[in-house]
Amino acid sequence: MSIDVFIGVIQIILVATTPLVFAAIGELVTEKTGVLNLGVEGMMLVGAVTAFVTLVITGSYTLAFIVSLLSGVLMSGLFAYLVLILMSNQVATGLALTIFGIGLSSMIGKNYIGTPIQGLNPYFFVALSFLIVFLVSYFFYKTKLGLIFRAVGESHSSSHALGYSVIKVRLMGILFGGSMCALAGSYMSICYAPMWQENMTAGRGWIALALVVFATWKPGRILVGAYIFGGVSILQMNLQAWGVNFPGQFFNMAPYLATMIVLIIISSNRLRIKLSAPASLTIPFFKGR
Amino acid sequence: MIRILLLITTILGFSIGSANADPKKVGFIYIGPPGDHGWTYMHDVGRQYMESQLGDAVTSTYIENVPENADAVRAIRKLAASGHDLIFTTSFNYMDQTLEVAKEFPDIKFEHATGYMRAPNVSTYSARFYEGRTISGHIAGKMTKSNVIGYIASFPIPEVVRGINAFYLAASKVNPDIQIKIIWAFTWYDPGKEADAANTLINQGADILVQHTDTFAPCQAAEKAGVLAFGQASNQEEFCPNSHLTAIEDIWGPYYAQRAKAVVDGTWAEKDTWDGMAEGMVVMSPYNAKLMPTDLIQEAVEMEIAIKDGSLHPFTGPIYDQAGELRVAEGEVADDFMMATMDWYVQGIDGELPQ
Repeated sequence: MSIDVFIGVIQIILVATTPLVFAAIGELVTEKTGVLNLGVEGMMLVGAVTAFVTLVITGSYTLAFIVSLLSGVLMSGLFAYLVLILMSNQVATGLALTIFGIGLSSMIGKNYIGTPIQGLNPYFFVALSFLIVFLVSYFFYKTKLGLIFRAVGESHSSSHALGYSVIKVRLMGILFGGSMCALAGSYMSICYAPMWQENMTAGRGWIALALVVFATWKPGRILVGAYIFGGVSILQMNLQAWGVNFPGQFFNMAPYLATMIVLIIISSNRLRIKLSAPASLTIPFFKGR
Repeated sequence: MIRILLLITTILGFSIGSANADPKKVGFIYIGPPGDHGWTYMHDVGRQYMESQLGDAVTSTYIENVPENADAVRAIRKLAASGHDLIFTTSFNYMDQTLEVAKEFPDIKFEHATGYMRAPNVSTYSARFYEGRTISGHIAGKMTKSNVIGYIASFPIPEVVRGINAFYLAASKVNPDIQIKIIWAFTWYDPGKEADAANTLINQGADILVQHTDTFAPCQAAEKAGVLAFGQASNQEEFCPNSHLTAIEDIWGPYYAQRAKAVVDGTWAEKDTWDGMAEGMVVMSPYNAKLMPTDLIQEAVEMEIAIKDGSLHPFTGPIYDQAGELRVAEGEVADDFMMATMDWYVQGIDGELPQ
């Protein structure tokens, strides 16, 4: 393998893995505050389509990303209102958000399918994804606010008793998650595969959700997991093209299989469960109790 | 998480009284969204053509993004239970599901695309896309400079394998040095993954891309990298004007109109349809004169004529498989059964066919 081909492979892996990193790190922050948002796929799609449509209309990349981030804030804000204020079931609401996002994005993008755009160089976003993971890790483990965020995810009653606003913290966690998902989506429609097509995220939101579990809610491991999933999928394509016989089907299920194995490992030991998953995940917070 | 979208089109025209008391309801199951500008898009164009031809005699509904698993049973049953008279299931792996639901609803007519299992109320239909692959292969053989062709395949089903074989036979005939690199994406629809596969193939030296997946991401990746590509299922030239050589288009409209008419008239009967260029079900998009020399375009057009009049068959012997076994003897052509069940690569293709 010549060095050019090798660099090419690395480039394709970086470009292909970045949306997983964005979406997974966003979801990780949301889950760290004790909220499970299954709407990742839907928010990614809405983020992708709003960025694309804004770019086509205004021609401004900056504006495209701003509008996309706002769409993520709006989508996740809607989710936050339902689960934090109306205290709806998080799993059902998240699923509904995904279904809503798929429909909404198709509707918004109906007249923009196949509109040609000039794709943006992806490497800025690749670097940004590493930076965000580092900042999130720093935030959770080196700052006081990060400690409060984690405390809310572990025990909302105790945090409330200490005088922290559980709702505010969770709202911030949800909104951050939403904007990261939208960023992942806009990266897909503007850099990765510069186009808009319905359902173009094709299940990456679900892989991002699996990644958070795979990473056992540790920011740094998101990178490790994402690059394992992304790298393996690109490597098997290279092997195929070199004529090496490889079961490609296996790699479509590999992320989920790996997540199940991690789940089995961490659930084999009570202490490990305690150390990993935020204890209040999916449990709604009632102020009175 | 399938999204179900029901589209009930308004019936145009002014039927006073009730010449057609009850319009027949025609349902479609789509593997992707109609906006894929590929496979599903062309089925939807066909559906609209059917409506425009039959006017108020039919109404139509479709369900999009139906996965090829047990969910398909649910989607097909939903159409069957809601009073549809004729249901088209438009992907190969809806085969068992279509038959399962058809058994429950013997009075409803079903049509399964690209399959081979029939029942008294289940017909099958497909197009001879491989005829187009032969022409693509010929063009690729003449146009490649690196002698490496990248082929993005979806699932190892006979339809796709047949396309690869037809393509390679034609390409290697005009260019014996040609090498074909195949990536199985194991998806019909994932722009990101299709772009990854395209970039991987380009990175490995391919200067022409062929795809058997449904989005225009590979052709866009080719455009960006400055290599050539063939569109898939519909004319994709607008997405990659500087790399699009031609595309194989699927024209379903006349068939859908004919079958729906048969249901309206009460003459529908189970049958197998496999039409190609001669019947107009497979059409080549305009050849790109900016990229192709005039004499090559001329050759392609002549091949089309020869395929239509039967003087050129894509699978003309001698054809050997990878193991060196003679599959089609000299002077003979592959019969429909052999093509419909093709699960082997022809000699010269590297790599093993995934099972």
